[in-house]
Amino acid sequence: MKPFAYAVAGAPADAVRRISGSPGARFLGGGTNLVDLMRLGVESPDLLVDVTRLDLDRIEPVDGGGVRIGAGVRNSDLAADPRLRVAYPMLSQALLSGASGQLRNLATVGGNLLQRTRCPYFQDVTKPCNKRSPGSGCPARTGVHRDLAILGASEHCIATHPSDFAVALAAIGARVHVTGPAGDRTLKVTELYRSPGEDPSRDTVLDPADLITAVELPPSGPAHRTSLYRKARDRASYAFAVGSVAAGLGLTPDGEVGEVRIALGAVAHKPWRARLAEAALTGRPATVEEFRRAAGIELAAAEPLPDNAFKVTLSQNLIVAALLELAGGEAR
Amino acid sequence: MSAPVFRRPAAAGPPQPREESVEKVTGAARYAYEYPQQEAAYAWIVTSPIAKGRVLTVDADHVLRSDDVIAVLRHDNAPRLEDVGDPALAVLQDPAVAYRGQVVALVVAKTPEAAREAAATLPVEYEELGHDVVLTPDHESLYQPDAVNPDYPADTEQGDPDGAFEASPVRVDHTYRTVALHNNPMEPHATTALWHDDGSLTLYDSNQGGHVVRQTIAGLFGLAPDRVRVMNPHVGGGFGSKGTPRPNVVLAAMAAQVTGRPVKIAVTRQQMFSLVGYRTPTIQRVRLGAEADGRLNSITHEVVEQTSTVKEFAEQTAVATRSMYAAPHRRTSHRLARLDVPVPSWMRAPGECPGFFAFESALDELAAELGMDPIDLRVRNEPETDPESGKPFSSRNLVACLRQGAERFGWEPRPRAPRTRRDGRWLIGTGVASSYYPTYEAPATATVSADENGHHTVAINATDIGTGARTALHQLAAEALDVPWADVTVRIGDSDLPQAGLAGGSMGTRSWGWAVTKACRALREQGGGSVTANTAEDIKALGEYSRAAYGAQFVEVRVNQDTGELRVPRMTGVFAAGRIVNSRTARSQFIGGMTMGLSMALHEEGVMDAAFGDYANHDLASYHVAACADVGTMDIAWIEEDDEHLGGTGTKGIGEIGIVGTAAAVANAVYDATGVRVRDLPIHLEDLLA
Repeated sequence: MKPFAYAVAGAPADAVRRISGSPGARFLGGGTNLVDLMRLGVESPDLLVDVTRLDLDRIEPVDGGGVRIGAGVRNSDLAADPRLRVAYPMLSQALLSGASGQLRNLATVGGNLLQRTRCPYFQDVTKPCNKRSPGSGCPARTGVHRDLAILGASEHCIATHPSDFAVALAAIGARVHVTGPAGDRTLKVTELYRSPGEDPSRDTVLDPADLITAVELPPSGPAHRTSLYRKARDRASYAFAVGSVAAGLGLTPDGEVGEVRIALGAVAHKPWRARLAEAALTGRPATVEEFRRAAGIELAAAEPLPDNAFKVTLSQNLIVAALLELAGGEAR
Repeated sequence: MSAPVFRRPAAAGPPQPREESVEKVTGAARYAYEYPQQEAAYAWIVTSPIAKGRVLTVDADHVLRSDDVIAVLRHDNAPRLEDVGDPALAVLQDPAVAYRGQVVALVVAKTPEAAREAAATLPVEYEELGHDVVLTPDHESLYQPDAVNPDYPADTEQGDPDGAFEASPVRVDHTYRTVALHNNPMEPHATTALWHDDGSLTLYDSNQGGHVVRQTIAGLFGLAPDRVRVMNPHVGGGFGSKGTPRPNVVLAAMAAQVTGRPVKIAVTRQQMFSLVGYRTPTIQRVRLGAEADGRLNSITHEVVEQTSTVKEFAEQTAVATRSMYAAPHRRTSHRLARLDVPVPSWMRAPGECPGFFAFESALDELAAELGMDPIDLRVRNEPETDPESGKPFSSRNLVACLRQGAERFGWEPRPRAPRTRRDGRWLIGTGVASSYYPTYEAPATATVSADENGHHTVAINATDIGTGARTALHQLAAEALDVPWADVTVRIGDSDLPQAGLAGGSMGTRSWGWAVTKACRALREQGGGSVTANTAEDIKALGEYSRAAYGAQFVEVRVNQDTGELRVPRMTGVFAAGRIVNSRTARSQFIGGMTMGLSMALHEEGVMDAAFGDYANHDLASYHVAACADVGTMDIAWIEEDDEHLGGTGTKGIGEIGIVGTAAAVANAVYDATGVRVRDLPIHLEDLLA
C-alpha cells in the first residue's frame, strides 16, 4: 500500500484547515467506504484527517421544530433515536436496512452521505472508468450493469448512489450544513448530489475541503410521521438496494392526497426525489390506480439498459406498495 | 429396504463439540500464514489484466529501487519447475497468458505493505490477443472429454433414449443453466514456506490434504518426498478449492528458494476468483419421457460446460443421474468448451450439485405434467438395482428419506395448481428434491500407540478443514479402544504422520476412521504397544455394491408480489448416510451443505465480463453468499443405516450431500408459489417480478 499520513482534527475549522490545499487529502469518518476504496487502489490519499472527534455527535432540536443531527453521529445511534423513529420512521428504517450492524456502528452521518457511487468498473482499477479515470470510457453500458442507473444517467456514467439514508433524507427534505474554506453554507440534500453528465468524477457539489457538519431535518409533518422506507435487495441483509423507496403520505379528511413525499434509491447517480409523481398525486384520491398512474409518470423518463430494465417495474411497484401501505392498504 | 436403527456404541454417536473449538474462537489455533518466522519475507501475486496474450516485459527495476523490495519473480527468472502433469501449477514458467487473473509476477518484500504497493505499481507490458470467454450451447470448441471427474466415462447410453422419449405419452424437454460459482472459504489460500540448510522444505499450507501437496511440491522442485514437510493442523475451509495444490504454495516455495528467507503468501479474496478454481457454469438439457402412471421410459441428460486452455477439468455433471431412477432407455453426455477462462475445479459436490438442479427440477416439471405428487413420482421410479451398473445397493433409503421428510415438513400431497397460497403480498410455495452422493474411500494408514500410563496417541495425516474430523476420529478411536475420551490424543495435519488421503469427496472421516479403528482394534487385541494399520486391502475386498448416500430436501418459499424478493423461512433435510459418528458436527455439515445450496439457488453468481474476460464481481460485497438473515429454520434429521457392505466404520460421508438437490427444491417451491419455472440459477428477483 501507499504510505499516508494521518491526523486527528480537533474542531471543524481545524479539519478544513488541515485539508485545504492538499488535493491528496481526505476526511476520514467511519472509514467504511474510504478504507475499502483504498484497499482496492481506487483511492490513494496521502493524508487522512480524522473527523470523528469534532464534537459533532449530537442529535438536538432546533428552533422552529426541526432536528439537527451532527455529522459525526453513528448510523446505529441515529437509527435508535426514539424521537426520530416516531417523527420520521422512514429515516430509521433506511438506516437499519443499510449494511450490517458492525458497519452501522462505525458509519457516520457525514460519511454515509459522501460514500462514493457504486459500479463494478469504478471499483476495479484494471478496467476503464470515466469516474475514476476521466476520459477512459464507460464499459458498463455494454458490460455488467444489472445494478446500475435507469434515471438521470449519461453516456459517460451509469453508476448509482448506494446510500439508503440519503434516500430518506431526500424524501424528508433535509438540509446539509457545510463548512469549508469559503465559510459556512447550507444546501438541500437533493442539491448536494450531482448527475454524472459530462463529468462523472464528482459525485457531489462539494469541494474536497468542504466538511459536512450536520444534517437538519425540517419540522415533522404528516408525510414525515406516516412514512416508510422499503428496500428490495438480493439478500435479506448486508446488500445494497436493487431498488428502494422512501415515502411519506399525508391524507386530507376526505381521503385525498394532501402531502406526499417520494424518493427512489438505486436508480440514479443520486437519491432520486420523485417530484413528478408527487405532483401527479397531490390533491388526487389515495387509490391504487392513482398511485400506479403517478409511478408511471415518474418512471416515464427512465432509460434502462437490457439488464436493468426490470428496475422500472420494480421502482413503480415499490412506489405503489409503499403508498398503499401508508394509505392503510394491504400490508407488505 | 427398511431403515434399521444403528446401535449406538459408547464413545461415538453422541454430540461432541469440536475439540479445538476454544483454540479457534480465542485465536490460539494457528493457520498457515500465522506461523512466526525469523526474517520473514512477504510475497504478493501480480496478476494479468488481459485474458489472452503474453507478457513482453516486466520492469522489476522500477520497484526494486525500494529498500523494502527483495525480489521480483517473472517467467524469465523464476526457478524452473519439473513437469508434474498439472499445467496450472507451472507458474512463471513461460510468458503466455491464458486467462485474466493469471500469475504473471511475484513481488517479495520485507513487509506485506511494501509487497502490495510494489505489486500494484510493477510495470508489466503485454501483447494482447483476442479472447473467448463466453460459454454457449453450440460453442465451436465443444469436445467430448476422455473422462469426467474423477474417472467416469463422459457419455453413457442404454437402449433407445430418443425413440423411447418420442414414444412416451408424457414428456418434458427443458434446458437449465447454472452459473460459475466460486469457493469462498473463510481462510483464503495461504502458505508459509521455509527452506532448511539441508535442502529440505517445510510448508505451512492451507489445504485439504498434506500428502498431495508434499508429493506435488517434491515433484515440482525435484526433491524426494521425504524432504518436504507439509503442516496443516487447522484449515479455515476449502470446499474443494484446497483439494490439490494451488499456485500459492508453489510461489511461496519459489520465493523462499530465491530469497533465502522464509516467505509468507496469502491469496487475496479478489485473486481467489481466478486462482483457486471454481465451479464451471453449465448448460444442461434434460429430457424425460414417462407413461401416464409416472413410470419413466427415457432419461436423457446432456451437459455443456467449460474448461480452460491451461488444463482440462471436466465436471461430472450428469453422472449422478445415471444411478438415480429406473428407466430402460437412458443417455448422459458431457461436452466441454475450451475457453480463455480461469481453471475450473472442485467445489462441494462437483457434478452432483449442478446436475441435480437440472435433473430434480425436470422431475418436478414432469410431476406437474403428470398431475402427480412429486414424491410419488420419485417413489414410482425407485430402482431395484443400480440402473447404471446393475449392482445391488449396499443400502438405499431414498424413499424413507422422502417419506420421513414429508411427514416432518408437513408436505401437502399434489397435484395442486401453483400460485394458490398467499399471505398478504407474499406468495407461498413448497418444493421437494432428492439428494444423492456416492460413497468413496481412499486407502489410509494410521498408527496408534499406548504409553505406560495407558494413554493412547493416534497419528494419521488427516485434515480437519473445519468439519470436525479430528473430533470424529477421536470418538472412533476411543470407541475402538474402549477407553475414556481423555485417554486418547489425536494427531493430524502433518505430512510426517502416516499417510492418508484428502478431506474431499466426502470420504475423509470414512477413510481415516477406517484406518484408525483398524489400528485401535489391533492394539487392543495385542494388549498395548504400537500398531500401524493400512486399509488398502480392506478397500479392495469391498463387495460389488452400489454405495451412496441419499436424502430428501423440502423447502418453503415466500415471494413478494411487488418486488419479486424471495425468502426461505424453512427447510427440512432428511439424509441416509450410513452411520453418523458425531450428531453435533454432522448436523452442522448438513446445515452447511443446505445453506450453501440455498446460496446457490438465490445468490451466488460469478458474472463473466465478456469484454474483459474476468468474473466482474470478484469480492464478497458483490458476489453474494447467503447471510444469516437468508437462512430460516433448518430442520435436519437422518436415518441411521447399519450397512454391512460399507466396511470400516459403516459411514458413507456427509460433507457434500447436503448441497445436492437444494437448489432444485427451492426452484420447485418457487414454481409452486408463483407458477414461474426458473431454469437459470441463481433465481433473481426480476425473474419473479410481475
